[in-house]
Amino acid sequence: MKATDNQIKNLERVEKKTTGIRPVRWLREKTRRVPALGWLLGALTATIIESSVGLPLARAFGLWSVPGLFGLRFIFTSPASIPSAVIYVLVVYIIPALIVAVSTAGITNRAAAFMQDKLPVPINVIIHAALLYATLHVWGSITDYRVLLLSFIFISIMLTLSLNLVNGYMGEFSCSHPGFMSIGAYAASIMTVLFFVNDDVFGAHILSPVLGPFIFPIILIVGGFITSIGALAVAIPSFRTRGDYLAIISLAFTFIVKSLLENLEIIGGPRGFMNQPKYASLPVIFVWMVLCIWTIYNFTRSTLGKASCAVRDNETGADAMTINTRRTKMITFLFAAFWAGVAGGLFAHVMGYINPATFGVLKLSEVLAMVYLGGLNSVLGSIAGAIGLQFLLELLRPLAMLKWIVIPVLLIIVMIRRPTGLIAFTEIKVEDILKPRN
Amino acid sequence: MPLLEVKNLTIYFGGLRAVHNYNVTFEPGQVRGLIGPNGAGKTTTFNMITGIHRPTSGEIIFEGQNIVGMMPHDIASMGIARTFQNMRLWRHMTVMEHIKLAMYSKIEYGLIGAFFGTPKRHKQETEFDEKAYHFLKLLNVDRYTNQVVTGLPYGVQRRVEMARALAIVPKILLLDEPTAGMNPEEMLDMVEVIRQIKDELKLTIFLIEHRMRVVMDLCEIIQTLDFGEIIAEGTPDEIRNNERVIEAYLGKEVEV
Repeated sequence: MKATDNQIKNLERVEKKTTGIRPVRWLREKTRRVPALGWLLGALTATIIESSVGLPLARAFGLWSVPGLFGLRFIFTSPASIPSAVIYVLVVYIIPALIVAVSTAGITNRAAAFMQDKLPVPINVIIHAALLYATLHVWGSITDYRVLLLSFIFISIMLTLSLNLVNGYMGEFSCSHPGFMSIGAYAASIMTVLFFVNDDVFGAHILSPVLGPFIFPIILIVGGFITSIGALAVAIPSFRTRGDYLAIISLAFTFIVKSLLENLEIIGGPRGFMNQPKYASLPVIFVWMVLCIWTIYNFTRSTLGKASCAVRDNETGADAMTINTRRTKMITFLFAAFWAGVAGGLFAHVMGYINPATFGVLKLSEVLAMVYLGGLNSVLGSIAGAIGLQFLLELLRPLAMLKWIVIPVLLIIVMIRRPTGLIAFTEIKVEDILKPRN
Repeated sequence: MPLLEVKNLTIYFGGLRAVHNYNVTFEPGQVRGLIGPNGAGKTTTFNMITGIHRPTSGEIIFEGQNIVGMMPHDIASMGIARTFQNMRLWRHMTVMEHIKLAMYSKIEYGLIGAFFGTPKRHKQETEFDEKAYHFLKLLNVDRYTNQVVTGLPYGVQRRVEMARALAIVPKILLLDEPTAGMNPEEMLDMVEVIRQIKDELKLTIFLIEHRMRVVMDLCEIIQTLDFGEIIAEGTPDEIRNNERVIEAYLGKEVEV
């Protein structure tokens, strides 16, 4: 039965291929053979073209500046510019990227094969990540707006992934992420301001500000650990039970942390806390994000990490199969809290200012939406969800509060069509993404 | 020294006495059966031995150590593996992952290994892969290695569960109705599997079963539970002809 189904599908595919337009078919055939390395090279070329001749080109197409977000925002602000933006995107991004990616496929495939065979996986990943960063850096060099957007996307990816650990891999429903984020943000902020800044409340700097960027990673890690300790307050009472209890306790936790911060005058109370040095530049955040993705990816692929999925699917079964369920839940939850804390610390040092109101229910719904849009139990899904929703938020910014009607409706549609999210329960090996494709 | 010794095991659920003064002694390599009508307390007995329920009174001594009050995963790590009546497989996970997860207590690479993918971890995970494949081969489910269990045929799921329990490398295996819900063909298959693992791995096996044919075929000694108490114990032939057993299963003739 299944075989015949597949046969029919194959037949349909063949039919489509023969009836499809020739150039499209040719292009599809060609692009299929481009490895990740080739695409990165193409994207890098496109961004270099944009940074060197983007502005004159944009002017030539009748735009008054380089479109910040591929012209997506014109949909609401000035629909008349859409055709120009489309031409711009075609000429600057798509065509050069395609040409470079396809024409270098031979070389990049050989390079990818070499790197796969001769280099250990982490080195291979680092090379690709470096190339990706170079692309994003050049892309961001056009406007500060893009740098800020990229920073927020990176931080969102960290938050989404860490929440997916709890809500997806562990199968609990945690609402405590804004709380964790704020603990991390405030902890790291207090440390940097205390050590490296002349502040009215915390006094003169203790260490030389020159050391700041070097100590900053340690401060972030310490902030992450403090967050993990705070997470114990949720974990200990709720893990004795299952189901809704964690959701309620974690929601309470978020509110408690928020009102605690609002009432602590020494760190600014509801007015917020400022003066953080802006250590979290784009490369710094990128490195932390890669580290976050890498550790979570590793964790979810190890038997130790998969134990949390076993606990989710059947706790009694897991317990009878030698899995220490309490320990497993604790590890996963505290690990998730750690990364949320680090993400919070980075967030504080991007903005140079934080206030308790940032870490409220709106933030929670944002992160939850990213997790459930992207897909439970999938690293790739979380990344896609974070990027997708952050883009959508930017895109709908002209709609002001109306976007909080559009996005939930979109979420409802996703939930109806795909209840576990767009890319749920798929595990993709990083080796498969990076492998040569000839 | 007996492998497992259960003495005067009693459990109350509120006012209900589910099991009363249950005794059993296992010599290594023995295969025992536990039968009884629905609700007789068979699964409850298993749950007490594996630590899911804590007995109200009584002792469970495994290799000279009293295991009452220990956590289920600790008891399992000591070498008491079990299967469940309703299997309790992990529905999103592949067959291979099931077997590897049963080796959880043997993980040595720790959190650092899990987070950063150290060489030590890769070595151990590869080792696990090989061992797991051995068990899949043993139970003849190796061709489903990378499939998610949910879509597999019922008989295969049962075998996967059995393989998972074996991956603990147990000293005693507790099987809770391994042929429940099977058609006669699958059932004969399962009997063969149990006999095979008994012979090849020299395992001690404790079997709960409803189907007389299975128990009579496999077990050396059979106990019969009714309302939480042992009403009969003996060889299959003795049990078959025991009046109280027949009475418990079929009811008593009443003169009208």
